[in-house]
Amino acid sequence: MSSDNEVRYLSSHEWGRIDEDGILTVGISEHAQDLLGDIVFVELPDVGDMLEAEGESAIVESVKAASDVYSPLTGEVVEINEKLLDEPEIINNSPLEDGWFFKIKIDNDLQFADLLTEEEYNDTCED
Amino acid sequence: MVDFHGWDMPINYGSQIEEHHAVRQGCGIFDVSHMTILDFEGSESELFVRKLIANDVRKLSENYSGLYSAMLNDKGYVIDDLIAYRMDKGFRLVVNCATRGEDLKWISARAKEYDVNMIEREDLSMVAIQGPQSPSVLKNFPAPIDFLKEKKRQQGIFQDDIFAAKTGYTGELGFEVILPNEKAIDLWNIAISEGAKPIGLAARDTLRLEAGMNLYGFEMDETISPFECNMGWTVCWQDDQRDFFGKESLIKQKESNDLKELVGIITDEKVILRQGQKIHLEEENHARGIVTSGTYSPSLKKPIALARLPKSESTSCFAEIRGKRVKAKIGSPKFIKEGKLIFKEKV
Repeated sequence: MSSDNEVRYLSSHEWGRIDEDGILTVGISEHAQDLLGDIVFVELPDVGDMLEAEGESAIVESVKAASDVYSPLTGEVVEINEKLLDEPEIINNSPLEDGWFFKIKIDNDLQFADLLTEEEYNDTCED
Repeated sequence: MVDFHGWDMPINYGSQIEEHHAVRQGCGIFDVSHMTILDFEGSESELFVRKLIANDVRKLSENYSGLYSAMLNDKGYVIDDLIAYRMDKGFRLVVNCATRGEDLKWISARAKEYDVNMIEREDLSMVAIQGPQSPSVLKNFPAPIDFLKEKKRQQGIFQDDIFAAKTGYTGELGFEVILPNEKAIDLWNIAISEGAKPIGLAARDTLRLEAGMNLYGFEMDETISPFECNMGWTVCWQDDQRDFFGKESLIKQKESNDLKELVGIITDEKVILRQGQKIHLEEENHARGIVTSGTYSPSLKKPIALARLPKSESTSCFAEIRGKRVKAKIGSPKFIKEGKLIFKEKV
């Protein structure tokens, strides 16, 4: 995965990173994993599922709380990170890299620019 | 950090699961100074405490030993759970922080008729040291807390203003120390330097739940009978001459057929059982049970819960989680003791 591409956020703590082929990798933010604490289970979408922008896409369950994960953009799931099913702690240890949830082929990459920049997202976390 | 009834308390210091394992495998230290410590002195302190709580402090033959008890209202429901210790001049009750106000009101109103003096010990702090390595952690502390080797569970010592008893809220070997506020930080630092890990509220909850220990406001409250929260064993009937608050109602409750019971449930599904989830018994469509406390058990790596269910022959049940029914096995309301699995499935 190329980590150099820009990462954008939803205020509900998901991030998306777009590559040249219009594939968006999605995960949850460092701040979100910190709020959740130890993550013990994750429910991922199936490959082929159509996800909607800001629609429910996954569930992450920590000892503390269950939390819905929303897809930043609309698109079809092309890959899921199955490693998380057995080792959900990867999300705590590496939320922005190894702890990615799924990848979607997005319909319209222009919408990516509407997502929050890292700076804008960080500002929402401080409120 | 979180505001816990006026006390700033840490939910976790780092990973709550690592804190949990530290207590099961090594040693953890808990600042539990939020607990309310009440001393009862006066010529009728024994008479009063025997009336006040459902267990009988007459069983405490040695000074500094303690017992677990419920304090009941007139309906025979639980106002609080507590530990009562026999002290040199009377008794010491350690009650919950969340119920402090109600407890003080209830107790002081009833103490008036007795020659007894209740003193709230805000000058004292309380620290719990729990885990298989806990004896070695305090070997350099300036008080002979080596007593652990000889003492049994629930027994204690009192020396140089330091009270320590072999009690706890984790199911592990360990002790709780009650000492003057100004000495507490020293104790903490010595324990940490000897390898104890600080433990927050989150791991405290997973530890007590695995051990099958109740949390007030979850397993019981002032509308719940001790028989419905696995506290029936703490009610002492030995001395039939003894009256205690709630006794008459308890006798009536015992005759009733619709008492529920507190059980343990466990599932292999990837979900988390949580307080408030409804429970269906196998053969029934309507939910008549409820999860009182649920969590992910770090020791068993599975979801576990305490649940209050109608008495039945069922060996399994269904928890309602986000609209789905998740099958769970029913068993004893305790899972882990001293690091070992003690959960017994119903057969």
